[in-house]
Amino acid sequence: MKRMEVALALAVALAVAVGTSFVPAASAQPVTDPIGVVKVAKGQPLTIAYWFVVAGPDASLGVDTRRGIEIAIDDKGGKLLGHPIRLIGEDSGCNAEGGQTAATKLAANKAIVAAIGSNCSSEAVPGAPILWKAGMVTVSPSNTAPKLTAPDRGPDFDGYLRTAHNDKIQGRVAAEFARKVLKVSKAATIHDGSPYAEGLAGVFVETLKKLGATVTSQEAIAPTDTDMRPVLTKIAAGKPDLIYYPIFIAAGGHVTRQAKEVAGLAKVKLMGADGMFSPDFLKAAGDPAVGMYHSSPDLTPEALGPKYKEFQEKHQKKYGEKPLSAFHPHAYDAALMIFAAIEKVAKKDAAGDTYVGRKALRDALYATKNLKGLTGTLTCDRYGDCADPKIAVYQLESADPAKWEPGKNPRKIYP
Amino acid sequence: MSRGDPLGSSPSHLERPARRSWVEKLEFVSLFLWAFRVAVILVVIVGTYGTVSAGQYPGPVWADLVVFGLAQGSVYALIALGYTMVYGVLGMINFAHGEVFMSGAYTAYFVADALARSGSLDRHPLWSLLVVAVVSMATSTAVAVLLERVAYRPLRHAPRLVPLIAAIGASFFLQYAFRGLYGSGFKAYPEVAVLKGEWVLAGIRILRTQAVVLVASVLMMLGLYVFVMRSKVGTAMRAVSEDREVAALMGVDVNRVVVVTFAVGAAMAGAAGVLYALVFKQVHFFMGFVPGIKAFTAAVLGGIGNIPGAMLGGLFLGIVESVGPILFLDGLGIVAPYQLKDVIAFTMLVMVLIFRPSGILGERLTVKKA
Amino acid sequence: MRVSAGRWLGDSPVGTGLIWGAVAVFVALAGMVEAFAERRIIAGVVALGPALPFLAALGAGYHAARRAGGRGALAVLGRGVGAGAATGLAVAGLVAAGGVLNLRAVFVNASPALFSLLSLGLGPAGGFLPILVGAAVGMGGAASSLVSDRARRPVVTGLVAVLVIGLFQEMLQLMLAEGWIQSALRELLFAPDALSRAGSVVVFFVAAGASAAWTYRGERVRQQLMRVPPPQRRLLKLLGLGVGLAVMLVVPLVAGPFLSHVLVLVGLYVLMGLGLNLEVGYAGLLDLGFVAFFAIGAYTVGLLTSTGGLGVAQLSFWAAVPIAVLVSLAAGVILGVPVLRIRGDYLAIATLGFGEIVRLLVLSDFLRPWLGGSQGLLTIPKPSIGGFELRGPEHLFYLTLASSALVAFVAARLRDSRLGRAWMAVREDEDVAEAMGINLVNVKLLAYGLGAAFAGVGGAIFAVMLGSVFPHSFQLLISINVLALIIVGGMGSMPGVVVGSLFLVGLPELLREFADFRFLVYGAALVLMMQLRPEGLWPTAAIRRELHAGEEMGASRQGAWATTRHPG
Repeated sequence: MKRMEVALALAVALAVAVGTSFVPAASAQPVTDPIGVVKVAKGQPLTIAYWFVVAGPDASLGVDTRRGIEIAIDDKGGKLLGHPIRLIGEDSGCNAEGGQTAATKLAANKAIVAAIGSNCSSEAVPGAPILWKAGMVTVSPSNTAPKLTAPDRGPDFDGYLRTAHNDKIQGRVAAEFARKVLKVSKAATIHDGSPYAEGLAGVFVETLKKLGATVTSQEAIAPTDTDMRPVLTKIAAGKPDLIYYPIFIAAGGHVTRQAKEVAGLAKVKLMGADGMFSPDFLKAAGDPAVGMYHSSPDLTPEALGPKYKEFQEKHQKKYGEKPLSAFHPHAYDAALMIFAAIEKVAKKDAAGDTYVGRKALRDALYATKNLKGLTGTLTCDRYGDCADPKIAVYQLESADPAKWEPGKNPRKIYP
Repeated sequence: MSRGDPLGSSPSHLERPARRSWVEKLEFVSLFLWAFRVAVILVVIVGTYGTVSAGQYPGPVWADLVVFGLAQGSVYALIALGYTMVYGVLGMINFAHGEVFMSGAYTAYFVADALARSGSLDRHPLWSLLVVAVVSMATSTAVAVLLERVAYRPLRHAPRLVPLIAAIGASFFLQYAFRGLYGSGFKAYPEVAVLKGEWVLAGIRILRTQAVVLVASVLMMLGLYVFVMRSKVGTAMRAVSEDREVAALMGVDVNRVVVVTFAVGAAMAGAAGVLYALVFKQVHFFMGFVPGIKAFTAAVLGGIGNIPGAMLGGLFLGIVESVGPILFLDGLGIVAPYQLKDVIAFTMLVMVLIFRPSGILGERLTVKKA
Repeated sequence: MRVSAGRWLGDSPVGTGLIWGAVAVFVALAGMVEAFAERRIIAGVVALGPALPFLAALGAGYHAARRAGGRGALAVLGRGVGAGAATGLAVAGLVAAGGVLNLRAVFVNASPALFSLLSLGLGPAGGFLPILVGAAVGMGGAASSLVSDRARRPVVTGLVAVLVIGLFQEMLQLMLAEGWIQSALRELLFAPDALSRAGSVVVFFVAAGASAAWTYRGERVRQQLMRVPPPQRRLLKLLGLGVGLAVMLVVPLVAGPFLSHVLVLVGLYVLMGLGLNLEVGYAGLLDLGFVAFFAIGAYTVGLLTSTGGLGVAQLSFWAAVPIAVLVSLAAGVILGVPVLRIRGDYLAIATLGFGEIVRLLVLSDFLRPWLGGSQGLLTIPKPSIGGFELRGPEHLFYLTLASSALVAFVAARLRDSRLGRAWMAVREDEDVAEAMGINLVNVKLLAYGLGAAFAGVGGAIFAVMLGSVFPHSFQLLISINVLALIIVGGMGSMPGVVVGSLFLVGLPELLREFADFRFLVYGAALVLMMQLRPEGLWPTAAIRRELHAGEEMGASRQGAWATTRHPG
């Protein structure tokens, strides 16, 4: 019977595998390290891994960050210490179990020297400890949840760093802008149930209250909701001056379009965050988006310097389009950090093989000081926050996606 | 009947049951059900009272909410028609119907975009929209007919769960097929100049797009009802849904009727797609999943197999989603009530099914053993 | 009489070829050809992507030949050529159209790179090439149908083995990473990202040889086994079970952390599947909101053991699990009461509603002060025995294995008990069961409650596996997956639940590199499975008899599957 064949075959295969797995491997290396050592034989590639959201509806975030890394590799000539740089990666799905699975898969691959990721903070919560248990460091370009670099995060996160800003900062800047520049006295927020949006809205509310304004209502929707008019109608009843909705493109587009159609919200100011900071948002929201504000990392050439302009040119040439999201420069900087750290701690032996001690690599990363990256000058603190957080507030001038140019359209207006 | 055995007694000791006192008749379950009903009604009453007495929302706001609900609800209703018709004729839940809706709307986007860029959309809006609608309906119909032929027809006589799983598989397949073909981002329908703005009828504000959606859906539903009740094919459909074998004996070509059912349901969904796109603008490969579930809920609410029931269920669901959170939950002091709008919708569904297990308007046919 | 277009498409070789050609065009436009253009099966020889359209031509040729129905060899080959050429024509048509129209405006994958791949590098000018190659391949496919089954099967097995090993090469290379025997094996079989040429030859012959051996000797072996007298057969069975158990226990050591992690996920779905099996398989209650009980189990354990701010009591995992099981059981009963009198498909949507209600409630801001809202529950400690902490996926695998075994045992006892029979009676016909004296209320509530309890165990393990509980983990998709795996595995059958889990949960994880197309293939696989093997992969004998007996007689099937059907 078919079943028996299958079962028998499986049993035999596993028995063989078991028998042969108990033969140990021998090795002798010039580098010792309390956690472990990666050996890259001469001529073999040096492997860096990413764990990003590269599949599913939010894939643009992951693809964008991956491209940042790829351009960084190109800028390094594709080689590090004489070894070609090999980039492999896993999709992490923007949820906890996806992050855990991706991290587990990467952690099993001992050839990986360092990892870059994740995109979504919920992935990093289970994922980073798994990677660190295998001795792998990971630098995140887009996790913004404060708790990942909080003092009480625990030793499991010792291998975790990030080049993205902390949401505590973004929410604060947005609230300060609203209160001090726009002179808002009443505001409402909408979040979409994701930890990122909810956290950011929470910080905004806290700061705004401290600055003396009132929050008329804090609403929530589901990211798949399309009809926002009822919830906007409810918000309208409180007569806010501003609505802050730090959500993603699809839902954000609906809110923007429909806000003007709801009675009572004709004069209200709209403000979003970096989750909507993309030309795709202009497609979703259309003309009603003109005049709205965004809080987002400062991507203007003034802030980032001419190197960013070069980056944009390279990106256009390699991929045929403008960057898809806001975190590519952070990914570039993460790669830069890792390359610098590897160069610092790697040792070559007489045969030309390279050895990298894992703890040494981790320490070198945490010791990063004044590294000039795309996003600014990177210095890592004890808990892994390396970003030079420049958050700006922008105002949208035109709804034409072809005219998307952070700094000009949307125009940076604060600070 | 011996009360000692919780699973029930065997018939070997069939005695005439002694008269039980009313205390024994008060079964745990009935008690619980009554408690549940009372709890829900209490929540509704207290919440409504709280909201109304707080007076935060004046009259026009409620009117607005009802209008929004009706517009959203008519989209649900049109999609629900497809579900209910297929169920009536085949007895199966076409899980992939949401994707049929999506395929029409998504494909018609390219036509709409081309028309907008060439200026036809602004110069001849009515004709352009009609073209877009026709493309959408044709695509949906093609997808549905293909679906029926490839995935469902071989399973016509299979036990009920098998076509359900096939439908689920087809749903995934269609979503990701369209994702592969058209890309994973979303596309935005162009603005129709003539439909911008609003009208005010009898003091009630209504957006032009919403008015179009409402009127179009009502017309289509009426058309469908007439078709099913009066035309020959419609009668054949009703015959097949009543009893497939007897209808075949009477000379009805069952296969053809099934195909027509799928096609008509899909055409409704395709039209719903265009209407949806007019109001919400964004189309992408995942847009059919949630409306599909909502429409299925609406169909069950109204009584599955029942066409007027599907329409009623859709509109009802739309209004509950729009008005419910403010009316019921806000008065109870619940924060972010709109996050729980689906909770209200599904609770209401369960309530309706407890009071009337076959939906509001009931099953179209005589109550057969379900 | 005119032959309808449908019949022509199905019967004639050109029609068959065109259908396969449409499939090939779809596959190309959906992006699979380009995405896998780099994915080499055999290093330096075959990449998966461009091979796909030609596989279609092969299939077309074989398919058309099968319908030749006893004609001469030349006619069969002719049909193959015709079908293959038609497939090639469709592909060529796509390339030609791409050269003329701007297909990329609509179909994102219709890029010049794609057309170059499809026309083997010649671009739109070389459009005729696919037709020629298609014809040749189609002829090959037709030829293979002429060969006897016995000769063909080893060849096909060998080729499939090469394909499968090539697809799973990443996994296998990871498994063979340590040890010098393994490394030697790895060097022989694999190149950096694919099978090596030598490796493919080795795999082919080994697989083909094994298949041939089984074809020629299998019958004899089986008959010998049949002739073994009962007491010795029992011994053999026990031995088989013992080996199986030993294998299970040893798997994490061999498989490594990633595979163990995948097996833990499979195990969780097995737990849920066993629970849903009680409701759907035994009692015939279609429950689409099953994930709610999984969530309740996870949140209960989370709340009881978390060391963070929301933790209610700092219990140990082992103390929390029984409580979680009880809470899930109670939840099952409570959610079962309102839907007691609802039947059939109404039940499906009502239970779906409950699943969504639970998810929305745990996500809501309203219950955030107690349940954590979208930030979830964090800092859930791992279970520990004595001082030993169950940290890694290997340890959790053992935990899951033990729980599954326990739950399976309970389920098996239930199935064979009076309650199990009562469930089956209810599944067949509720009213008759009631008339026979079965207390519907209690029986149904027990089904809901016990099923929920099983799911609660799964949820408990899930919570400690992640160390946190987020509401986003409890989507409707999970309920749908559990239902699908029960049906695909074989409804009502417990080995079926395991097989279903392995296929529908384990396989997609192993094929992660095909991430974009995972669900496409998943959906197509579900549809195909229902057509080809609706009784599932490991059905109970009863179901298989029913489904195929009905086929023979042509009558519409009722029996064990007919949960209350609506008029129609």
